[in-house]
Amino acid sequence: MALLSKKSQVVLNDPLMNNNPITLQVLGICSALAVTVKMDTAVVMTLAVVAVLSVSNTLIALLRKLIPSKVRIIVQLAIIASLVILTDQILKAYMYDISKQLSVFVGLIITNCIVMGRAEAFAMQNTPGKSFLDGLGNGLGYGMILIVVSFFRELLGSGSIYGFQVIPDSFYAAGYENMGLMVLSPGAFIILGLIVWVQRIVANIEEE
Amino acid sequence: MLEHYISLITKAVFVENILLAYFLGMCSFLAISKKVDTSIGLGLAVTFVLTITSPVNWAIHHYFLEKGALSWAGFPDVDLSFLNFIVFIAVIAAMVQLVEMILDRFSPTLYHNLGIFLPLIAVNCAILGGALFLVERNYNFIESTVFGFGSGLGWFLAIVSMASIRYRLRYSNVPVKLRGLGITMLLTGLLSMAFMAFSGIDL
Repeated sequence: MALLSKKSQVVLNDPLMNNNPITLQVLGICSALAVTVKMDTAVVMTLAVVAVLSVSNTLIALLRKLIPSKVRIIVQLAIIASLVILTDQILKAYMYDISKQLSVFVGLIITNCIVMGRAEAFAMQNTPGKSFLDGLGNGLGYGMILIVVSFFRELLGSGSIYGFQVIPDSFYAAGYENMGLMVLSPGAFIILGLIVWVQRIVANIEEE
Repeated sequence: MLEHYISLITKAVFVENILLAYFLGMCSFLAISKKVDTSIGLGLAVTFVLTITSPVNWAIHHYFLEKGALSWAGFPDVDLSFLNFIVFIAVIAAMVQLVEMILDRFSPTLYHNLGIFLPLIAVNCAILGGALFLVERNYNFIESTVFGFGSGLGWFLAIVSMASIRYRLRYSNVPVKLRGLGITMLLTGLLSMAFMAFSGIDL
C-alpha cells in the first residue's frame, strides 16, 4: 500500500472493520440480505455496489462545488439512478442468469442508504480522489458482510461453497441433513445478528 | 374474482411480507422501531404512500415505458423499460411531496404526527421495491393497487410488532454486546420465522 498516503489508507480501511457500513453505521441492510442465499449472487451484488458507490462518490465530489445545496438530494439521486441503470444493463447483457436471480435488488441499489449516505456525508465535502477511496472502502465493507453471511447460508443451507458441494455424500448417507431454515429469510436475520454480536465483542463496541 | 384479490392481499401481508420475506425497508425499520407510537405513524405513512404510488407507477410503466407501450403515439418498436428505475424514483419523490402538501392543508394533526418520516419515505426501499415487484410480476391495475396496499399493511404490522417487542425487551437481561442491532436482528429472525408459518395458505 505504498501507493497511498497514511490518511488515504485510513479512509480506505476504516469502513472495513471499525466503521463497517452494515454492522456499525446500520446502513444498507435492505438489499444486503435478500441476495445472500448463494455466494455467487452475493459476489455479483458486491461488485455492483462497489462500482456504483465508488463512481457515484467520485462524480458527486467532482460536482460538489456546482451543486446548489437546496437541490442536492435530487442531483445525487439522479446521478446514482443513472449509474444503477448502467450497471443493470451491463449485468443483463453479460450475466443474464445472475441478473434474473438478483431480480429487483439491483434496482434497489438506488435506495440503498449507503450510497446516499456516503454521498451526503463524505463526497460533498472531500476531493474526488479521497471520495473514490471512501466509496471503495465502504463498498468493500458492505461486500465483506454480504459474503460472510452468504458463506454460512450456503454452507449450512445447501452444503456447498460457491456452487461446489463440500459436504461429502457419505455425510448425507449417515443421516446429515441441510438446514432448510438457512435458505429461508429467517436464516439471514439470525446469521447477521450473530455476526454483529461477534464483531462487537472483537471490536469492543457497546450500544446505548 | 374477489377471492383472487383476497388471496393476493393475504399473500402480501402474511406469506410474502415485504419486510420479513424480502428484507425491504430494513433501514427505517431498525431505526424507528424503538417506540410504538412513532412506529405506528411511520407504518401508516408507508401504507399510504405505497397504496398511492403503486397504481401510478403501474400506469406509467404500462402506457409509456413498457415494450410496445408507445404504440398509441406511433412508436410500436420503442422499449423504454430501462428508464424504469429513474422514473419510478422520481414519481415516488413527487408523490411524497404531493402527499405532504395535501396533508399539511387538510389534516395538520396527521401531518404533524408523521413529521420527518414523511419526506424520508421517498428513499424507503419498500416503496421502490413494491413498484419493481409489480412490474416483474405483471400485475394489472387493480392487482397493483391491492398489492401496494397489502404490502404497506404487512410492513405496518411488522414494524408495530417489533416496536412492541422492543418495548418489552427493556425489562430483560440481554448480553451487553448483543444489545441494539444484534438482538433486533435475532428478534426479526424469530418474527420472520413466525410469519413463515403462514406459507402454504391458499385462499
